[in-house]
Amino acid sequence: MPLRDITLDDIESLAVGAWVLGTGGGGSPYLGLLNMRALYKEGHRVQLMPASELEDDDWVAAVSNMGAPLVGQERLTDSRTIARAVDLMERHTGHRFRGIMALEIGGGNSIQPLMAAAHLKRPVIDADMMGRAYPEAQMTSVAVGDLTPCPLTTVDVRGLESVVEKVPTWKWMERVSRKICVEYGSIASTCKAPRTGAEVKKWGIHGTTTKAIAIGHAVREAQRRHEDPVAAILAVEPGKILFRGKVVDVERRATEGFLRGRTRFDGMDEDRGSSLEINFQNEWIVAWRDGKPIAMSPDLICVLDSVAGEAVGTETIRYGQRVTVIALPPPPVFLSEKGLQHVGPRAFGYDIDFKSVFA
Amino acid sequence: MRRIGIDVGGTNTDAVLIEEGKVIRAVKAPTSEDVTTGILESLKGLGSTGALKDRKIDGVMIGTTHFINAVVQRRHLTKVGAIRLGMPATASLPPFCDWPDDLAALVRGGVWMVEGGHEYDGRPFMLLDEAAVLKAAEEMKAAGLKSVGISAIFSPLDPSHEKRAAELVAKVLPDASITCSSDLGRIGLLERENAGLLNAALADLARDTIAAFEKAIRDSGIEAPLFITQNDGTVAEASQARRLPVYSFASGATNSMRGAAYLSGLSDAMVVDVGGTTTDVGQLKHGFPREANSVVKVGGVRTLFRMPDLLSIGLGGGSHVQLDPLKVGPLSVGYRLLKEGIAFGGKQLTTTDIAVAAGVLDLGDKARVAHIDAATCKAVFAEAARMAEEAIDRMKTEAGDVPLIAVGGGAFLIPEKLAGVSQVIHVEHGDCANAVGAAIAQVSGECDQIFKDLTRVEALSTAQGIANDRAVAAGADRATLKTIESEDMPLAYLPGNSVRVRVRVVGDVAAS
Repeated sequence: MPLRDITLDDIESLAVGAWVLGTGGGGSPYLGLLNMRALYKEGHRVQLMPASELEDDDWVAAVSNMGAPLVGQERLTDSRTIARAVDLMERHTGHRFRGIMALEIGGGNSIQPLMAAAHLKRPVIDADMMGRAYPEAQMTSVAVGDLTPCPLTTVDVRGLESVVEKVPTWKWMERVSRKICVEYGSIASTCKAPRTGAEVKKWGIHGTTTKAIAIGHAVREAQRRHEDPVAAILAVEPGKILFRGKVVDVERRATEGFLRGRTRFDGMDEDRGSSLEINFQNEWIVAWRDGKPIAMSPDLICVLDSVAGEAVGTETIRYGQRVTVIALPPPPVFLSEKGLQHVGPRAFGYDIDFKSVFA
Repeated sequence: MRRIGIDVGGTNTDAVLIEEGKVIRAVKAPTSEDVTTGILESLKGLGSTGALKDRKIDGVMIGTTHFINAVVQRRHLTKVGAIRLGMPATASLPPFCDWPDDLAALVRGGVWMVEGGHEYDGRPFMLLDEAAVLKAAEEMKAAGLKSVGISAIFSPLDPSHEKRAAELVAKVLPDASITCSSDLGRIGLLERENAGLLNAALADLARDTIAAFEKAIRDSGIEAPLFITQNDGTVAEASQARRLPVYSFASGATNSMRGAAYLSGLSDAMVVDVGGTTTDVGQLKHGFPREANSVVKVGGVRTLFRMPDLLSIGLGGGSHVQLDPLKVGPLSVGYRLLKEGIAFGGKQLTTTDIAVAAGVLDLGDKARVAHIDAATCKAVFAEAARMAEEAIDRMKTEAGDVPLIAVGGGAFLIPEKLAGVSQVIHVEHGDCANAVGAAIAQVSGECDQIFKDLTRVEALSTAQGIANDRAVAAGADRATLKTIESEDMPLAYLPGNSVRVRVRVVGDVAAS
């Protein structure tokens, strides 16, 4: 399959679908979307390339923004910043990147590769390393594959540039890059360790940009036709409805730089009489029905507004919202023993064995 | 204390005279195209019984939808020069970037982006480029711009760059109206800036409208200061309201809720305000409406500032009723009820017709609705109750039954028993709760800031001090200040136990 053009309508859908795949976190894609609208108005266009089209010795840039969503709301997002992180990596390593991919397809980071691609005139590779959003650097498919975590470039909009040349582990990369990010003002655009085409083909999670666009398109079409948007998502993704209900309690606390807490839902319709509780660490991690765990990472737990079908995030969910909780299948790479060590329930401090909704 | 409260609504201008806490007189006059005629008429109505004769009035408090209507209808707007202090950040998303095209074309007078702004922890993001601000002002002068909106990164935490830029602009353009985004609070540069730009676009209208209000009061022979009611249920002196008209955007709904609190004597309750077309549901906390914590769109523009958190549903006294299958609203005959409702000789079945048939209301001609049987009436009322129940539940912030105050002309749709409600309260003068809310308004001060490395108690008390000072600056009597809202939200990803604290205080208007 050759490259295809991404239309502006695709990007509008991507913003909606990526928010669903954000599983409660990942930050709003709104500012990225505004940047893409501006870029397309100026005549920029972006193409999407399947990972299978990569040559083994191609180099691919993996990008993301890191930091506090709140700072992003003030400094906004400038599409050129992420392009500079890629440019710095090319200058540093001497590689020329064939294409640019997302670190995480969930939330605002889904649009970062498109912004870089528009400025650098390279295609976006249709793959990412999480298949969703996760809070930490070692929670990726490439970390599960023990690929090297370095080097990493970080830039800020004022022209600050840093390279993390060497760290032994992904956890070390998380610690060191987080420090740089804080000094920049708690926001930084980053280009992760360059990946070869062979690595992306083996360890990348493929087709996730297309998937996010399809989910967003389904939701937007259903909204336009006044149809059930949740049913529309399940028509394009092999997901399962876990619960229908309303939010009756939200408890949040910030610890170690993460937003942790739990949300409780009372059942409605066929779930009347039951209650659901979901624990979160930036993203939805474990769902308990009447005290028993029924869904957990790496299964994707998505909380959707029952009427609009749009995702409801852990930062903004509040009492009284009518929601439908669905599960989507996880990328297979996370189902191995090694995968579960990185992103299974115990990686988040829950002493339970992973059991998939889809088993 | 003797005050007049006036609410200028879409259909009626309501006015009440309140004396020592009691509603002495309430009148309704049709809202006029020019707004002030309606105010004059209603003041005349209040005065017609001699209630105002030789009595000192302490204040006239006016709530108006004039400013928000100007934005929604794209009328009477002034061209604005936008200065943003944030370069080199934010360059790709300039001011007006997410406005609807038609509104941007009317308001955008030019955009100047220069270096400046702060970090979340108070360090400067970039030093303010004063020369660039002066150059922008000169270019605005050449372009004939007289209204200016200034925004800066993290200005709610440190407004110094915006204030300095405003001084520089005022040197070049001494007569300009200048809005600083920090005056409108809240983190979220685009949304705060949008609110500031809308505010600047209303500069001429605010000046003219408030001058007309003052003239209407004088022409009625009343000697009293004018106050304009705000979104949060407080008032601003006329001079401050002239400067910040966006703070009056949602004052109508807020006034209804405040009036409901006052008339019922409850300070913590849910309120439903049932009008002709829509029902607004909100929550009173300490006698004030709970605020929206998220983006509110005004005329298609995303904004984030002090606005009541309201849910509007399409249920009212003029709602269309369809019997098979049963459907109530969202279509409504609105102010044409007295022509188009069946009880009034029209053809459209409405909720009011049902109430007349059921004997709940004594309006129009009961014979015209005699064919509607009791079972049908019951089913329609049950549907209206279901719609209200769901809206009320959505707006509650916690489980458990709460009292509910029903006000507005369509309050007959709210039954005595509702799920999730401990008690439904109907109040006397409930149909002019909005004007009562205006008459009893107070003055507020707010602090919304991020604190680092303070204990929770220290952060809250620091925020409280800032809010108190702001309330006094806005005209409150320090001795009467009360904290009505105090919340803290831990911030993910920021180091040093950062916490965002929001405190709001209110007090009585200080005697002049």
